[in-house]
Amino acid sequence: MTPRGWLRLALGAVLLAVLAWGVTRGLERALAPEPAAEPADAGPAPPPEGVPRITATLYYASSDGQALVPVRREITLAEGVVPQGREILSAQLQGAPPPYISVVPEGTTLRAFYVTERGEAFVDLSPEVSTGHPGGTFAELLTVNAIVNAVTTNLPAVERVQILIDGQEADTLAGHVDLRRPLQQDDSLVREEPEIQ
Amino acid sequence: MRATATTVIILLLVLSQPQAQGTPPGTPLTLVTREGRRPVPTTVLSGQELIALDDLASLFQVSVREDTLAGGLTITYRGRTIVASTDQPMASVAGRVVALPAPAVRAGRRWLVPLEFLPRALGPIYDQRIDLRRPARLLVVGDLRVPRVTARIDAAGPPTRATIEIAPAAPVALAVDGGRVIVRIDADALDLALPTGGGGLIEQVRAGDQPNSVTVVLSGRAGPARAAATEADAVARVAIEVPSIAPPTAAAPATPLPPPTSEPASPLPVLTASRPVLQTIVIDPGHGGEDVGARGAGGTEEKQITLDVARRLRTIIEARLGVRVVLTRDEDRAISLDERAAVANNGKADLFLSLHVNASVAPTVAGVEVFHLRLDREGEDARRAAETQAVSLPVLGGATRTIDVVRWDLAQARHVKASAVLAGILEEELQEQAAMGPRPLQEAPLRVLTGANMPAALVEMGYITNRAQENLLRSDTYQASLAQAIYDAILRFREYLEEGRTP
Repeated sequence: MTPRGWLRLALGAVLLAVLAWGVTRGLERALAPEPAAEPADAGPAPPPEGVPRITATLYYASSDGQALVPVRREITLAEGVVPQGREILSAQLQGAPPPYISVVPEGTTLRAFYVTERGEAFVDLSPEVSTGHPGGTFAELLTVNAIVNAVTTNLPAVERVQILIDGQEADTLAGHVDLRRPLQQDDSLVREEPEIQ
Repeated sequence: MRATATTVIILLLVLSQPQAQGTPPGTPLTLVTREGRRPVPTTVLSGQELIALDDLASLFQVSVREDTLAGGLTITYRGRTIVASTDQPMASVAGRVVALPAPAVRAGRRWLVPLEFLPRALGPIYDQRIDLRRPARLLVVGDLRVPRVTARIDAAGPPTRATIEIAPAAPVALAVDGGRVIVRIDADALDLALPTGGGGLIEQVRAGDQPNSVTVVLSGRAGPARAAATEADAVARVAIEVPSIAPPTAAAPATPLPPPTSEPASPLPVLTASRPVLQTIVIDPGHGGEDVGARGAGGTEEKQITLDVARRLRTIIEARLGVRVVLTRDEDRAISLDERAAVANNGKADLFLSLHVNASVAPTVAGVEVFHLRLDREGEDARRAAETQAVSLPVLGGATRTIDVVRWDLAQARHVKASAVLAGILEEELQEQAAMGPRPLQEAPLRVLTGANMPAALVEMGYITNRAQENLLRSDTYQASLAQAIYDAILRFREYLEEGRTP
């Protein structure tokens, strides 16, 4: 066999190996529970170099869409409950890191965030959270629980969270979940991933 | 390492053929046709009742072919085709996808399909109507008269009172024969839903000796029974009254005394004086008007599906139960969530049912889910207040009247227990007819339920964000089976309410 022939053979073998590795990794990803390790390539951007940071728990839909998954992300450290809450919510409102799916409609921004002395937080969101919502009780429960849990899990001072839309008290996001009163943390749709780092 | 193990498991799964070892069900299935009745063999395998395709081939003149290339089974009837999947719980029926509770499974050399295959897959392409009456174990083929027959003991007595209802109504012949009342119904077969036990002087209500009769067996202490049939709202009702043996008179001292009874000596209040537990049902088709609700990739809108199913449900409830049904909207218009509850509260409804279609951020999520209200802290306080703080107000004439104190916007608080029962029954009946979602029964703070001052639940009838479910939600067959399941649940919930009233 000519050197060129050997080269082709070697290249072929390498290609096959890569392909096999890809297939098994793919299978593993399809069958195993979602990888707990945090993929570095997407989701809310980590704070820039040199900025003090803190790890917060944010909530996204699992890749099968059946549950809410708590994911640990690095966000900017802020002084005080209210500034820290704003950082948490800004990160929560951005897209989800793969393979998770964001449960907050795209384009939703945080208009205001404040906490009362009674431990009730008010999260004022832009109208996209309602106008861009796909509807359905289940999708709506995921959105509401993700926002409420992101605040209560990370800020122990907050007991209950009321969602406002465009500065106003709201009935619901899309016709289902009652938003007229502050809501408590709800873990009924949460599926813990085994090894969150 | 994990990758290798996964690959091995995959290989094992691929290589192992599903080998079914089923057990026969408790009661065989009966096929009812114009020609007569015959038993149909079925088998139960991991909770699914299955029927063999070669039995179907001979019963329904269909041809069955195994398509190894496509990984499915092709069933042909007069040029129309069903492709049943062997790995997915679904079949393609003349090009439309229908959901089944399980895929086709192989047992030795035979292929088995779930019983639902008959109404859902074969039904749409068959020349005659195929109607699976699961609780009564009947498979009705053709346009036959198979009314649903329900019986209940209204009062233990004595006198014991019972009612048998036949819906849709059919002519009835009554015969009182010693210790039995025989009800003969002019029908091809009966879809029986009879109570398991008796009550008072009625020992049992059971299927009669003829396929179209029902026998009421009386106790030895029963006197001469009276029975009368009436018809109203397309439902025939047979009212039966059984007195106890007349007490011995002084002129007949030899007659032994009747055995002592535990029944109260004074007769119970006359049944007709009390209000039926279910008089008005309010059905709430979700969304409407500008609020289209969730939308599918194919353009289907939630507001239309909810209205379609609500109308079907109204038709069958009114025809079979003779109960008033009110829809919160009967056209395509927007209506607020408070108005929906207000329709039910002002109409003094006994039951509120909101119909919706679900959506998910992932297109794979599918199935039916039932919701009832979960109270938050304020709701719990309102519930306790309703239990303990009834206020007695003086009224004209010196008497007092008790008024419940409950916030109008938390009216559901005092019905949470009954609503949880209602939702549980809905879930059980719906899973007989449809594939359920990942969380079939849930408790959630749902806005439309909070103000309803009666037992209330919300049914999400499927995920419109799933392509197959979107098609299913549009189909007549699926809508009809949802309506049937909800109707069956309402019947059972009525029994629950009746049990609660007569302790």
